[in-house]
Amino acid sequence: MHHPDDPALLTAVADATADALAEAEVRLPDDIERAIRSAYGRERNPVARGEFENILANIELARKGRSLICQDTGIPVVYLTLPPNVPYTRALEEALARGVRIATEKIPLRPNTVDPCTRKNTGDNTGPGIPAIRVRPGERLTVTVLPKGAGSENVSRIGMLLPTRTSEVKQFVVETVALAGGKPCPPVILGVGIGSTFDGVAALSKEALLLPIDTMDPFEQELCDAVNALGIGPMGLGGDITALAVKVKKGACHTASLPVAVNVQCWACRRATRVVEVRK
Amino acid sequence: MIDLTTPLGDEILSLRAGDRITLSGIVYTARDEAHLRMQEEGIPFDPRGAVVYHCGPVVAGERIIAAGPTTSARMDSLTKFLIDAGVRGIIGKGGMGGGVVNLLQGKAVYLAFTGGCAALAASRMCLKGVHFPELGMAEAVWVIDVDHLPLVVGIDAYGNDLFGRVREEAKAQCQARFHTL
Repeated sequence: MHHPDDPALLTAVADATADALAEAEVRLPDDIERAIRSAYGRERNPVARGEFENILANIELARKGRSLICQDTGIPVVYLTLPPNVPYTRALEEALARGVRIATEKIPLRPNTVDPCTRKNTGDNTGPGIPAIRVRPGERLTVTVLPKGAGSENVSRIGMLLPTRTSEVKQFVVETVALAGGKPCPPVILGVGIGSTFDGVAALSKEALLLPIDTMDPFEQELCDAVNALGIGPMGLGGDITALAVKVKKGACHTASLPVAVNVQCWACRRATRVVEVRK
Repeated sequence: MIDLTTPLGDEILSLRAGDRITLSGIVYTARDEAHLRMQEEGIPFDPRGAVVYHCGPVVAGERIIAAGPTTSARMDSLTKFLIDAGVRGIIGKGGMGGGVVNLLQGKAVYLAFTGGCAALAASRMCLKGVHFPELGMAEAVWVIDVDHLPLVVGIDAYGNDLFGRVREEAKAQCQARFHTL
């Protein structure tokens, strides 16, 4: 077992977090860019095609100039996997927060993190519960960041459906997008959680956004087609493509419950992973 | 593609919702706090023919490094005094409600810029100055010279609202399918 406060390991974790953020904020993952290019190929509405051209030009400018994809650099969400010989400690949590502070100053990121009631900005994108951290056991120590913008997070929804109405899951997903219109910066990616508990389903829906979007199973495709039939299009200006992909994650649930959550993600689905080498 | 230059005049009356245009010249950024401040203390620039951009940019020194649009609907109830003062163009994302469509009639247009395209915007911008810097980076009024910013007319001066039309059609689709909303 590693000493939980091994300073070299903690520094490596902080640096990996800052590195992953630096990557995520300027370079869109390959699967997301492929999906946007493919969608542009299928889009027939001329205004919508213009929006896709702007998005593709923006992705390229950001990548080549190492500049921010979007000025809303998001709220930091971190997914951590830990190998059996690294314990999860307060010091490790603090190292992740330190990585966020380094990234905020160096990249730089827009300071977005505030007190929920006074609205006072903490100035460094950290605060109680932020970065949001999710931990899983794994083979290696990996840090995955998913900085999330507010426009799309604000239209995400959770529902506790009647357990006998499984067919209403699709309706809930489509309604969420119809209510959101152009606000979440479509074309969107939808992370859908089904099952688990009230809190668990929200976590599942966000975790679904970590899945590669190159493939969809038949149910995901059915949801995606139903959303695209709405015709909202890029930025809500109308068009064939409202959603690039839908990804679903399920969990078991109480026999009397049917929790559903839809985490809406703008086209700029920024995520990046760094591996931290751990001495045996 | 129609090329426009600020300050805007009656040429905006020939635009229709759905037209693709480019805009060059000076624009002024303003979000929630700047609107409140201008409403109380007056507009710190000549509003006649001016264009206001709903944007909280990331500025490093003398340079704009990211400047995509923010959600315009937050400024719905804070827009009348600007139009009354002669502002003829508003740039933002997501469209506007709360009677703004009527407010613009015969006077001004709402121009949509692609959300999230902060690098593309910055690549066509040159920073010229700032008003109310004490409001902070995101909320200050930045004076920016833009070069051929690609935009779509979202709401024209005749009450045509592309966002509203798309939203109504989506709602109708949903109703037909699930008998709700």
